[in-house]
Amino acid sequence: MPPIADSILILLLLTNFFILGTANLRSAIRGVALQGLLLGVLPFFVESHATVRLVLLVIATMAIKGVVIPGLLMKALRDVHIRHEVEPYLGFVPTLFLCAAGTALALLFADHLPLAAADRTGLFVPASLATLFSGFLGLTTRRKAISQVTGYLVLENGIYVFGLLLYQSMMVEVGVLLDLLVGIFVMGIVLNHIQREFSSLDTERLSRLRE
Amino acid sequence: MYLIVVPLIGALAAFLLPSDRPRPWIVAAFAVLHLVLAAAVTAEGETGLASDWFRFDALGRLVLIVVSSLFCICALYCIGYLRLRSNRPNRIFCTALLFFLAMTSLVALAQHLTILWVAMEATTLATAVLLYFNQNQRSLEATWKYLMIGSVGIALALLGTLFLAYGARLGLGEPTLLFSDLVKGAKHLPGAWVRTAFVFLLVGYGTKMGLAPLHTWKPDAYGEAPGVVGALLAGGMTTCAFLALLRVYRITDAAGQGVFARELLVVFGLLSMATAAAFMVGQRDFKRLLAYSSVEHMGILVLGIGLGGAGIFAALLHTVNNALTKGVLFLAAGNIHRAFKSKRLEDVTGALRRLPISAGLFLAGFFAITGSPPFGPFVSELSILTAAMDTRRYIVGALYLILLAVIFIGMGSTVLAVVQGEPPEDTEGRSFRESAFKTVPIIVSLALVVMMGVWIPSWILTLLHAAARLLGGS
Repeated sequence: MPPIADSILILLLLTNFFILGTANLRSAIRGVALQGLLLGVLPFFVESHATVRLVLLVIATMAIKGVVIPGLLMKALRDVHIRHEVEPYLGFVPTLFLCAAGTALALLFADHLPLAAADRTGLFVPASLATLFSGFLGLTTRRKAISQVTGYLVLENGIYVFGLLLYQSMMVEVGVLLDLLVGIFVMGIVLNHIQREFSSLDTERLSRLRE
Repeated sequence: MYLIVVPLIGALAAFLLPSDRPRPWIVAAFAVLHLVLAAAVTAEGETGLASDWFRFDALGRLVLIVVSSLFCICALYCIGYLRLRSNRPNRIFCTALLFFLAMTSLVALAQHLTILWVAMEATTLATAVLLYFNQNQRSLEATWKYLMIGSVGIALALLGTLFLAYGARLGLGEPTLLFSDLVKGAKHLPGAWVRTAFVFLLVGYGTKMGLAPLHTWKPDAYGEAPGVVGALLAGGMTTCAFLALLRVYRITDAAGQGVFARELLVVFGLLSMATAAAFMVGQRDFKRLLAYSSVEHMGILVLGIGLGGAGIFAALLHTVNNALTKGVLFLAAGNIHRAFKSKRLEDVTGALRRLPISAGLFLAGFFAITGSPPFGPFVSELSILTAAMDTRRYIVGALYLILLAVIFIGMGSTVLAVVQGEPPEDTEGRSFRESAFKTVPIIVSLALVVMMGVWIPSWILTLLHAAARLLGGS
């Protein structure tokens, strides 16, 4: 694995911290967009010669993860006039601390996994696990529907990185395709409706159904 | 393959049809056609395309015939239901119904983990649309929770799939995800990856099944969805998710990690039953009650697999019984809900007087699902107990019995409160009539449940045995 790939993965890890640490929804969405663009570069390092599939994958990843989805989220943010604070359940400092602990654990854990020799040196596995964990944190500690969606997207990005290790089996494409379906098609529609029905995107209002 | 194409054509037809009135008939027509085709495939035996990717093995055929029967019952019921709700446009609803049928058939047919995953994902999308039929605040909240939790579950299942592919790359030299290759080469798969993959796939597909503690979407979704959607979720989608889990279990078992997997399944099974019991006692909302009953029965299914041996056959039998009985319960509950315009015990009493047929069926469904003779679930629930005793797991057996008893009492008090007593005077829903379309499908479903209790047709037995053998049971 060339060192450039590892530098990109480190950048990816840094954006995890940025997304979890920022108090502004707009910057969090920008962070997700940046992650999408970074992920788009990565396939170049797992496949050495330029095939049609590689080029298509790079273009699709950058377009979908880097432009379309963040664009839709930004549009949702603009259209519904919500305040731009993130409003977490858990404060920023504990979240960042957990994220750091998770990243460290991912590095340690990856060392103990039985990996193929080629994957042992690179950062692919620990970066993937750490990103997954950050996504989970974002998903569970945030109150607003939009910040939960950004958490979910980070989670999916972690899966994408792992999928790159299995480039031959077309799993990456499956991930990207369904990213599009779940992340946006449905959630976008529902977000619209939440807005219409509740005139707010706060999932805490979604608490009528309980025991 | 035509089992998938036919409902897709139906979905397209339903979508293109300009008028709302004939649309439910299209759904019903395609449902009947699908059932005929599914019965033909089941009778034919192991068939499919010439590829390794799609084939109806015994497990797939079992799930196919169960889901197709349940769907047919629900589609016929829908004719009456959608006539009642004729103020709502039903284009999207009918399209999503048939799309759901196509994707469940794909789940049954898929012999490749990725195809299986894509099909499960598609059922999630279809059911989200179905859940949102009422388009009010409460159904929106339920849909949002369902989507959020379901998407995380499905993402974890994808991750588990990737882990398994990685294990295959290490052990077999290529990242194959075909069941046949994985089972054949299972001995070479590295144990650490198989175990990790199984945990993620169990959590992922377990979320779709609604195993505790991943069941939190269930009470909301089943509570707010129309009864017919509840029946399809509780009997159809969860059955598909269970099939996905069984496919993964088969690989894990072949890889020599069977003991590890079974222990996990027993724990999840008992935990689900205990959670369900805790929330069913004193439950004031009879649709949420059914949701917890579904959590309980998913627990029973994985518990049966976890016991191994005879428990596997019993769990597969219970899959059939559970799906059919859930059809009875949810559809009957839907009628009661419509007639009383409420699903809370405060407003609903005396259903036996107001709706003698639906309430009678609801009561019969309650006795069936809690394992009273002569209904089907009695046989399968008893077989699971026997399996626990045979494998000398007395504590598991005792816990199972205690939880079943608690659930019987808890569920009984709510169900009896619904059906007994005097109906309230100011029932606005006087206009509700128990027409043939709203009752006959439920009666058919109940008749099937009784049949499964007193006499299981030999072809179902053969199918069940073949499916159990695939999973290392007897």
